[in-house]
Amino acid sequence: MSRLPHGGLIDRSRSVSFMFDGKSYGAHPGDTVASALLANGAQLMGRSFKYHRPRGVLTAGSEEPNALIEVGSGASRLPNTRATVQEVFAGLETQSQNRWPTLGFDIKEALDLAHPFLGAGFYYKTFMWPRAAWLHFWEPIIRRAAGLGRLSGEADPAVYDKAWKHCDLLVVGAGPAGLMAALTAGRAGKRVVLADEDFVLGGRLQSEALEVGGESSRAWVSKVVGELVNLPNVTVMKRTTITGAYDGGTYGALERVADHLPDAQGAPQQIFWRIVAKHTILAGGAHERPIAFPNNDRPGIMLASAVRSYIHRYGVLPARRWVVFANNNEGLRTAHDLLKAGAEVTLVDTRKDAHPEISCRHLTGAEVVNTRGRLGLKAVQVRLASGTTEWIEADGLAMAGGWNPSVHLTCHMGARPAWQEDIAAFVPRAGAVPGLVAVGAASGAFTTQAALRAGAEAAAKAMGVKPADTPKAEDAPYEIKPFWHVLAKGRAWLDFQNDVTVKDVVQAHAENMQSVEHMKRYTTLGMATDQGKTANIGALAVMAGLTGQSIPETGTTMFRPPYTPVQMGALGGPHVGAGFAPEQLMPADKFARDRGANWVEMGLWQRPSLFKQGDERTWRQSCDREVLMVRGAVGVTEVSTLGKIEVQGPDAADFLDRIFLTPMKKLKPGRIRYGLMLRRDGFVMDDGTVARLAEDHFVLHPTTGASAEVLSHLEFCAHVRWPTLDVQIIDVTENWAQMAVHGPMARKVLDGPAFMHFQAMEIEGVQARVFGVSYCGEAGFEIAVPARYGNALMAWLLAKAKALGGGLYGLEALNVMRVEKGYLTHAEIDGRVSHHDLGFPTPEKYFIGKDMAAREGLRGPELVGLKTVGTVKALVGGALLVEGEFSADNVVGHVTSAVFSPTLGHMVALGLLENGRARHGETVQMVDAVSGITATCEIGPPVFLDAKGERLRA
Amino acid sequence: MRLNCPHCGARDSREFNYFGDAKTARGDDFASTYLRDNPIGEHAELWQHVSGCRAWLEVVRNVTTHEVISVKEVGQ
Repeated sequence: MSRLPHGGLIDRSRSVSFMFDGKSYGAHPGDTVASALLANGAQLMGRSFKYHRPRGVLTAGSEEPNALIEVGSGASRLPNTRATVQEVFAGLETQSQNRWPTLGFDIKEALDLAHPFLGAGFYYKTFMWPRAAWLHFWEPIIRRAAGLGRLSGEADPAVYDKAWKHCDLLVVGAGPAGLMAALTAGRAGKRVVLADEDFVLGGRLQSEALEVGGESSRAWVSKVVGELVNLPNVTVMKRTTITGAYDGGTYGALERVADHLPDAQGAPQQIFWRIVAKHTILAGGAHERPIAFPNNDRPGIMLASAVRSYIHRYGVLPARRWVVFANNNEGLRTAHDLLKAGAEVTLVDTRKDAHPEISCRHLTGAEVVNTRGRLGLKAVQVRLASGTTEWIEADGLAMAGGWNPSVHLTCHMGARPAWQEDIAAFVPRAGAVPGLVAVGAASGAFTTQAALRAGAEAAAKAMGVKPADTPKAEDAPYEIKPFWHVLAKGRAWLDFQNDVTVKDVVQAHAENMQSVEHMKRYTTLGMATDQGKTANIGALAVMAGLTGQSIPETGTTMFRPPYTPVQMGALGGPHVGAGFAPEQLMPADKFARDRGANWVEMGLWQRPSLFKQGDERTWRQSCDREVLMVRGAVGVTEVSTLGKIEVQGPDAADFLDRIFLTPMKKLKPGRIRYGLMLRRDGFVMDDGTVARLAEDHFVLHPTTGASAEVLSHLEFCAHVRWPTLDVQIIDVTENWAQMAVHGPMARKVLDGPAFMHFQAMEIEGVQARVFGVSYCGEAGFEIAVPARYGNALMAWLLAKAKALGGGLYGLEALNVMRVEKGYLTHAEIDGRVSHHDLGFPTPEKYFIGKDMAAREGLRGPELVGLKTVGTVKALVGGALLVEGEFSADNVVGHVTSAVFSPTLGHMVALGLLENGRARHGETVQMVDAVSGITATCEIGPPVFLDAKGERLRA
Repeated sequence: MRLNCPHCGARDSREFNYFGDAKTARGDDFASTYLRDNPIGEHAELWQHVSGCRAWLEVVRNVTTHEVISVKEVGQ
């Protein structure tokens, strides 16, 4: 056991057990999987991506490249979770990944022996011949050999949510700088959101032995957090990662609500927040960087800051005999803490002039040149300043290579960070993200005192208030002498996750990958779950050494959202399955459901497609019966999805006259007209009926699917084009239930207005608008009542229709009838047809799109009716019309809509055909190359039934 | 991105529909319909607050930085 007898932020009074690779481990609440495994003496936690090298933890945070595990089982299994952030809870199931058969004995570790052949670019060069073999043979093999965790392959059963938050100040990170910022703004009554990815607030203050304001840093954090959570204007969000910075002060944030709980108990697993902040303070701290030396990737080798985290926060001493390898003062700090925890320590400092005051062996001007120990570190080889080498037995090695400010968020809007020579690191560029200021370690100010002060001052400045008093804290200077990699024989890892070594960067450079971006892509440096948080700068330094340029001249690396991996489920939120899109229900939806309708989606609308009866087995049987019922007696269907736009005002008639190609000025009150409107570019936008209810009051019925576009177009014209016209427009689509009653018996159901007349009527005490219009070609009406009467009106109409031998019908039958009549829908008005093509003459008067529609080039295939005359009787919507041999050159049009007409006993279709109107009576070939159907069609006018409209006026 | 609607206040851009170069609002001739500028930097654009007050807005925006310089109702 490696658990220290006391200390740490764990609840030692309680024990929980969890599973890792089928074995049960004990832990305390407050542990992560990584700290618990270390406490149990288990250092081996993963295998590397390419060489399957045994790996332990490198870090104690979200930047962890090595210790990736699968969490959960079955459909809930989540791969690539960092063991360093996964909280332990009772019953947690985890396993290692990318190994077979076991973590300790992985067959593919043999790949490590083949490493001389497997350097950067190996795959590109080796598996080139024959060409096809890559895709079908090599790539599948390599894909299986390399890799991270496995997806479950099943739908994720967890529930996710999305939400918004707004605040005056967003504080990213709850370390010393973040806490002081939140305190300053919070005490001043500002709306503050304090977000931290960790489940414990305080940042490094929880991971070091520090004093703040004369008390332990942990006590100070507790006091400040206690004050913050009690301020009603401050929202403290633990387990919440700010994932990205976007325009207008908008930030993405992932809150892990239930990842640390055995059961979400109805709460979402995670919530993806969008936080809109007037000001933002980035206090995200810094990441320590490793040093590249041969075999620096063995289990037991970790960052110095991680070692101190495991000691102070988790009460774990991961190993007993340590070598601390540093190029800055953090080595001394780590050695002190290790000694205090009872470890043996050798301090190796690359700086010749460092003279640490410490009671352990310390070697200055020395370097670690090799290590031993396959599944766990056993010994460290050190090259002394004198040049002689020496093996030191050790099971732990702490690397302190300096700190990289976490500049990531400041790069998300395209800015690149700036190099700061004295700390040998990139720092955020001022103004990189509007409204965001980086403070503390995130800005390169590495002392606790500086972080506390900067947090308070930045918040005070942004909010225009007084800063909170800064408590006294450690203010020792950070002294670093840049040292990136040890010159010695053997592979020295830069990117632990992607198995990129110094050698690979050297090779990329040798092969003329001059740009950092090329080097990254060639070597895969900085990819996958950690996005190079511990790797990028080291590689850049190696590259700079090779090119002879400085690091800032060599380049920077871009960081893009998200900061840490975000599950697709969280981005999708609740919009999966039935929740993928909202469902729009018609007012009498219940009425149709109660009668067993079949349903079809029209955009978001749910519409009955048909009502099966008796022993009808196919949709055609029901559809045919419904068509014949309407044509023979009377049918009722709900058409509430139709757009309903009211246009009112003294200039309404003038306005609509400009909108529609069809003249509207002289339309009399109480009358209805069919209208066609064009887009500004001259193509047809939509058609529909226009009823003039009163001198200054019109109702438009645009097509269901075009209603939103038409509304926006009308508003554009009223507001932007002709603001002097006195006209008001409102969409009332959802306010009215509209039912269609048509057929020879329709007038017996309701004695309504004549064809193309409007009448306000009272039906059973309800005010109704009755329109004498028809989309099926039979006499009848569309009756609109306030939406809440939809079900009642349907019941009333159906009872009457049934008594007359009629009944309900659905969208399929309606579509058949409109094709029989040659009425248009957006299969014909497909955005590429002009009014000429549809057979409408151009009136004298002005209308939108008139000039543009007059262009010669806008004349295209013309609307025709088609019926088969050969032995093949099938017509297919979307099929091509062909003259002569079937070839691309001989295509002369296409079928827009095809249906079987039970009224006529054969199929009928509408189509767009070149020069079609002049060809009535001739034939053309219909070719459906997909299903292999060819039929000879006779061309005719686009109407198959009652061309004179006598049934309509009956 | 957020736009400060003169009626509704600052709202997320997903409440708005974008209609391109504000110059295209002038008419329905060829130039207004098809010819539009594509500058680097500031650009006057038409937006409609479709999920809000439905007003048509003229937004001056830096298309490189996405900074919104001004928002006003068309014609105001």
